[in-house]
Amino acid sequence: MGYVVETIDLRAYYMLRRGSVKAVDGVNLKIGEREIVGVVGESGCGKSTLSRVLALDFIPPLKLVGGKIIIDGEDVTSIPISEARKRIAGTKISLIPQSAMNAIIPVTRVKDYIADVVKEKTGLPREKIVDMARKRFEEIGLPPIALDMYPFELSGGMRQRVLIALATLLNPSLLIADEPTSALDVSTQKMVLTTLYNVFKMGLTKSIMFITHDIATVRQIATRIVVMYAGKIVEDGPTEDLIHNPFHPYSKALMFSILTPEPEVRKRVEQTGGIAGEPPSLINPPPGCRFHPRCPYAMDVCRREEPPMIEVEKGRFVACWLYAKK
Amino acid sequence: MSTILEVKNLAKIYEIGYIRKRQIVAVDKVSFSVKKGEIISLVGESGSGKTTTARMILRLIKPTSGVIKFMGRDIWRDLRGGSDLRWYWRNVNGVFQDPFSSFNPTHRIRDFMYRAFNLFNEKLDRDTKERLVREALQMVGLIPDEVLNRRPFELSGGMRQRVMIARIFLIRPMLVIADEPTSMIDATLRLGILRLFSKLREEIGTTIMFITHDMGLAYYISDRIMVMYRGKIIEEGTPDEIVNNPKHEYTRNLLDSIPKLYTSWFK
Repeated sequence: MGYVVETIDLRAYYMLRRGSVKAVDGVNLKIGEREIVGVVGESGCGKSTLSRVLALDFIPPLKLVGGKIIIDGEDVTSIPISEARKRIAGTKISLIPQSAMNAIIPVTRVKDYIADVVKEKTGLPREKIVDMARKRFEEIGLPPIALDMYPFELSGGMRQRVLIALATLLNPSLLIADEPTSALDVSTQKMVLTTLYNVFKMGLTKSIMFITHDIATVRQIATRIVVMYAGKIVEDGPTEDLIHNPFHPYSKALMFSILTPEPEVRKRVEQTGGIAGEPPSLINPPPGCRFHPRCPYAMDVCRREEPPMIEVEKGRFVACWLYAKK
Repeated sequence: MSTILEVKNLAKIYEIGYIRKRQIVAVDKVSFSVKKGEIISLVGESGSGKTTTARMILRLIKPTSGVIKFMGRDIWRDLRGGSDLRWYWRNVNGVFQDPFSSFNPTHRIRDFMYRAFNLFNEKLDRDTKERLVREALQMVGLIPDEVLNRRPFELSGGMRQRVMIARIFLIRPMLVIADEPTSMIDATLRLGILRLFSKLREEIGTTIMFITHDMGLAYYISDRIMVMYRGKIIEEGTPDEIVNNPKHEYTRNLLDSIPKLYTSWFK
């Protein structure tokens, strides 16, 4: 199986005057075909930056510092960024940004907006693009009349689905959705998630990378979950295994802090505590394992050396000294 | 247990437009009562009128009709003048959703905390004030020397929300209205904040009313949950009753659409 995207020791920092913010710092991530990868973590852990980096959206102060991004077998970091962007944006990698609710220009009809965006990328005639969009709208269950409407006439859920339609119009290899549901009401959330899942099922995109802070949401559709902490991946494994038996102390803490209306969750929350402390500054991250100041199992080695990513069980990777010894 | 807050037929109707008037019924004849020492949650989606209800109870917006009684006094008719209002806000106080806009960004945390003493009737000297402020900050797990001289933008969201709660520990009101107190806070810090509210009840015996869209939070913390939909309270019960045996169709739909950790919709 080929990889849709592969990153090797990827480093992307925000270069500020008072120092560089190491938002993505040594990330090794492989996304295969037919995968929905959920990237979870708290705010400021670098998950949104990772999505921007994969979409090659380098606007200063964000800068690629090191590492490689390989998209469909091609190393895009070896060619100039603007050239690479032209080649991959929309066709290979498509991004639904976080503020998608406000991403569409409010005074342009949906169809004109879609036509403008896609024409810029492909040079196809407008009529053809609008036809494609109409077909896509029908496929994902949006009323085609929405094409003739203005964005402000659409509800939040509709707008989000319009963007899903637009993002998948050119059948990308990887669709990156950055917090696509966080601003929506729960019933609308379910609808948007269902749409994303259908887009995947119908093969309109090969793979999806779903970025969120809400594990309960992402676990609904993800086949694999990647946990990020302070710019690094700390755990990576199949959804069910990771949910039921997280390895990394941070994944455990994250799992324990979820409040969903389920009796087992309530019981567990009453017994266990949350974790103390706050995520570290990414300008001066702590040495060694970045989680050690908050970790209840921290040992000497954690304070000195960075833990390697090791495969504990088949397909389950974790970067923690607790498992490195075994 | 005695009733501390009683709400009867409370309604708020907003009118929009000057020539062609349109009415929006935000809260539609809501009645409920809260007992002393209870933790109660008002759960609803955006636009259900939950925040409007909270603001009316906090005496921030005037209801169109209906009665809110706190300890037997009608808060919109029986309270007159500064001293009555001071009495009310000394006893009923709020924690708000957005820790970023709840503070004046140019004031130091010390000034913010000291201002709470304006609600007090007793005159305290500076040393006592300083001691009380420090105690309150320690209660919520903040180190006084680290925060007192800083300004809100120098603190993280979680710390700011802690300062808001420290203020509640200082005022020691009988009723706290907490409007989405954890929605802007990261998952791993959320539980800590919720624990502070439980602590508030244990130590001071405060009655707490949570206004939230998060059924999971309500399920975990409350003694009683009220579900609000389109301005009306459509269901009320203990957390287990609501979650395991919802009666109203809307509640059932709501619970169905909440993603669960241990089950998936698509598998």
